[in-house]
This record gives sequence, C-alpha cells and structure tokens, in this order.
Amino acid sequence: MPKHEPVLLKNMLQPGYTGSLADYERAGGYQALRTVLGKIPPAEVTHMVIKSGLRGRGGAGFPTGVKWGFLPKDYTGPKYLCCNADESEPGTFKDRQLMERDPHQVLEGIAIACYAIGVETAYIYIRGEFALGAKILEAAIREARAAGYLGTNVLGTGRTMNVWVHRGAGAYICGEETALLESLEGKRGLPRVKPPFPATHGLYNKPTVVNNVETLANLPHIITRGPDWFASIGSPPKSAGTRIFCVSGHVKRPGNYEVPMGITCRELIFEQAGGMRSDKPLKAFIPGGASAPFLTPDHLDVKLDFESVAQAGSMLGSGGVTVMEEGTDMVWAALRLTEFFYHESCGKCSPCREGSSWLVQTLRRIVAGQGRMQDLETLTDLCQNIAGRTVCAFGDAEVSPILSTLKYWRHEYEALIRAAEADGPTELLMPTAARH
Amino acid sequence: MLKEKYKAEIDEILSRYPVRRSALLPLLYLAQQEEGYVSEPAMKEIASILRLTPPQVYETVTFYTMFNLKPIGRFHIQVCKSLMCALVGSDPLIGWLEAKLDVKPGDTTKDGLFTLSKVECLGACGTGPMMQINSDYYERLTEEKVDRILADLKRDGTSTLKSGPFMWPEPAQRA
Repeated sequence: MPKHEPVLLKNMLQPGYTGSLADYERAGGYQALRTVLGKIPPAEVTHMVIKSGLRGRGGAGFPTGVKWGFLPKDYTGPKYLCCNADESEPGTFKDRQLMERDPHQVLEGIAIACYAIGVETAYIYIRGEFALGAKILEAAIREARAAGYLGTNVLGTGRTMNVWVHRGAGAYICGEETALLESLEGKRGLPRVKPPFPATHGLYNKPTVVNNVETLANLPHIITRGPDWFASIGSPPKSAGTRIFCVSGHVKRPGNYEVPMGITCRELIFEQAGGMRSDKPLKAFIPGGASAPFLTPDHLDVKLDFESVAQAGSMLGSGGVTVMEEGTDMVWAALRLTEFFYHESCGKCSPCREGSSWLVQTLRRIVAGQGRMQDLETLTDLCQNIAGRTVCAFGDAEVSPILSTLKYWRHEYEALIRAAEADGPTELLMPTAARH
Repeated sequence: MLKEKYKAEIDEILSRYPVRRSALLPLLYLAQQEEGYVSEPAMKEIASILRLTPPQVYETVTFYTMFNLKPIGRFHIQVCKSLMCALVGSDPLIGWLEAKLDVKPGDTTKDGLFTLSKVECLGACGTGPMMQINSDYYERLTEEKVDRILADLKRDGTSTLKSGPFMWPEPAQRA
C-alpha cells in the first residue's frame, strides 16, 4: 500500500510515545510556539494560516485563517477561543485519539491560535462522555503551565493564555458552534440565529473563534514547516493538508488513518482499512459522518477532498467513513440514523423537532412491514420541508440518510411496502415514537 | 450540602468563568458525583450558588442526557445502538446483556448493581460494539468479554478491560 507521511499522528505512531510533555518536547514540541511568540507578528501568523489553505476539520470546512480574520480589528475588550472537542458526529473518532494520545499537540495549536487572535482565555469544550480525554487534557494543561507554555507570562513574554477544559453532558447539537457557546454559558444547547456570527457576538456576546481539535493540531506544523509545505499536501488549493479519516463498519481494519486529502475512497477503504471484512462486496458507504448522504460502489473512485465529494452529491464532513457490505438493509440503516437525529433534535425549530418524529414513525412503519406506497411521498415531502428551514445545519443533515437511500435503493423501500400491501390488513397502524 | 463539602472546588470552578452561570454543568457533575444523580435539593442549592432560579437549573439539567434525575444502579451500563455499532453487532450484544442481567433497557437489576441503557453514538465507531460503564469505555466487545467485565465489576468494583488512552489501530497492528 502506498505510504503516506503522517503529520498529526506521527508522534503517537512511535513505539513507546506516551504523550507526556517530555515526550512531546523530545519530538520537537512547542518549538512552533517559541517561533511565533514575539518573533512573528500575530497578523503574520494569521496570514500564514490563510496561505496554507487550512480548512476546518470539524465538518463545515471553513478556511481557518479567514475565520480568524473576521474578528473585529480595533477591539480591545475580552475575546475567546473555543476548541470544539464535542466530537459527536456518528462515525467520527479522531479528536479523541488526538487528545488522549498527544494532548500537547492540541494545546500548542491552541496557544498559537490564542497568540494569533490575541486571546487570553480559551475553553476546550469536550463531549461529556470523554471523561478520560478531559482528565488527560487537564493533566497536560498543568504540565504546560508549569513549564511556562500556558498561564500568565507565557515563555517570559508577559502574555496570558489560560486554557480550561469544559465538559459537555451528552448532546450532539453542542458540536454546532453556537449551541456550543450556549452550552458553555450554562444553558440548554440551542443553536443561535446567525447573523450575528460568533466572530463578533460569540461567548458572553464577545468576539469568539470556534475551531475543531484537528484544525488546531495542524497549526504547529504549519508554523514549523511553513505554509507552502502544507499547501503542497493533498488536493491544493481547496483541500490542502492531511485528514484523519475514521473508518468504521464492515471493513477488515477499522480505525483512524491519516492520509493526504484527495486519495480515493477506494484507496482508503481497500488499502488503508484492509478492504471488506468478508467476501461480501461493498454495497454502500457514508464518506463524512452521519450527516453526509450515502454513496454507492460507483463512487469508490471519488477523491476524498471537499470539492470532489460534494460533486458526487455528498460531503466530506467530519471525515467519518462508514462502510456497509452487501446484505445490509438500507431502509433499516436509514432508520437507525434517523432515530439518532430524532433523539438529538434540540427542539428549537418546529420543522426539525416535529419532522424528525414523523420521519421515524413513517420509517418504523415501513420496516415493521406495515408501510404503504404513499409513505414514500410523505417521507420526501417531510424531508423537503425540514432541509433549509431550520436555524442550524442539523435540518439538512437529518434528511440526508433518507433522501440518499431513497435515491439509490428506492427498490428496497418499495419491496418492503409491496410485501406489506400483499399481506393486508388495510388498516394503517401508526406506531408512536416515544422520545427517550 | 455541596457548599460546605466542596467549597474550595466550587470556588476554583467559579474562577474559570467571567459569568457565574457557565459553572452550571461542572456543578451538576459535582452533584451527580456526590449522590449518583442530580436531586432536587442539589438543583436548588446550585441555583442559589449561581444566582439562578431553580427552573433555570431544571430546564438545563433535563436537556442533557448524562444527568440522571433519579437514583440508578452502582454501575450504569450504556450500550451504543447507533448505526456504526449496529453494523458490527450491538443489537445482539444488548440482547445478551438483557438476558445476563435479566433487565430491559432503562431498568436496574434487583440487587441495585447494574442499570442498563441503550444510547446513541458515543464516538467510538471504529471499535464497536462498545459500551460505557460509569466513566469508562469498553470497546471491541464480544459476549465473552462482556461476561468478564460484569464479573470483574461485581467482584472488584472495576475492570482492567476498560479502555486506556485511545488509538486504533495500535501502531503494531498497522500494515
């Protein structure tokens, strides 16, 4: 299999690497922070990040340096950095590895971002279930403070960079950046109406940047090896750098694989992850987490970069690639994901709150062998009235499993329904979905 | 009362945030750690510490799935049932646990040891099927492994089969 040079996973791939401060320093850690502090002006650091082409690794793929540039220029009051470590997109498990195996790489990235955008306080919002990750980060923060990399008077420059770990408590929606801010303020995690955007009205209504863990972990490398080096990896200019793809489902070797963006789905699934787990061929895959529409074997040669996956009708999203083998019931698969979205809908917008319940009930009826042909129209109609009609992108996400399976495997829905109709009875049973 | 027992800890938590209400989730964790669930008196006390009304605390507690509103078993077993784990066998595993423990999801065993829950994605999709018991993850589960974990917990109150710092595949297993 072609070897790809790991960047973010490089340290932890070394035998015996523990992620301690001593190990990280031995591997050249915190040199990038030393390089920028007092030597490269903050605006120049932002410019380097823009030039590198780094785009957000959380899901939306917004250019990181551009996002930083939206902070008001002449503002002198408090502003904040939030590291989005909520990692809740089904199929995604890369940030957990970055935080638990090489926490200082994340902290150095946070420190560089704090310097570039002039922030003194950063919060790492980590999903509540990652108790071990939170503990490891807190220990690493204590180490970094003691060594002068964080805290007050960072490396003798007089700068303050305080980093706190803040645990969520079980809510997928808190990965949405404005819901994250609400949650961090001690409220229910309901996304805010945008604009205004967090860059001007964020945490405590102050200018705020929210960046994903993997995004921030890239920063030390961009500083050390230069933006041109970064921009030469992957599919520049729009998809520069590596991505940690999380492969799950019916493959031989599920797990995290860091590869340059732009390798094909086929290479990731069949070479990196070892191919299918049995002799059953691939039937379907999701290229970017539960919010990304399903793709088919015809899409295996699609390149894993932002533009190519979007052109194929899906999205690169969070990098969670889930593989399904022949024999997987696609209506069941759509139902499982729709149940997830139903459970996680925050309840703020009616189309999503009520619609997700209708979607689950209709799908359950079809899967239970009580469907009717008109259910398919109901599903499509519901999806069209949810997507684009909600405050956040959750509405678009929750319809993608259904719309994409209806597009490629409509015959499976129809077969279930035809069997149900042949079976009689004609009375429509309406199972109700209890919110749990 | 939390205030007497955890005064230093509460003050430290409050010092992290410029706005008191931000300390709500950390204080709720403290309350749950103390009693195993978030009781009404605890919510009222937290409201007074943060200068909120009790309904403001209540509406927040009920939004998040990790807070228990009533007492549960000593070990809270939460098995992921989302698609990625379901593809690799979480449904039969939940059936196995139901039979082993003689409970349905949502219930607690008669001896008060185990509460079983089916939950949505816990972010460990490459190492499914998986479950969380209290704060610990247990991954790449098989029926045999689950049996050993349950026996360990009953006997020792902990199990060496829990996950450490996560990396998968481990370096040695990379081709």
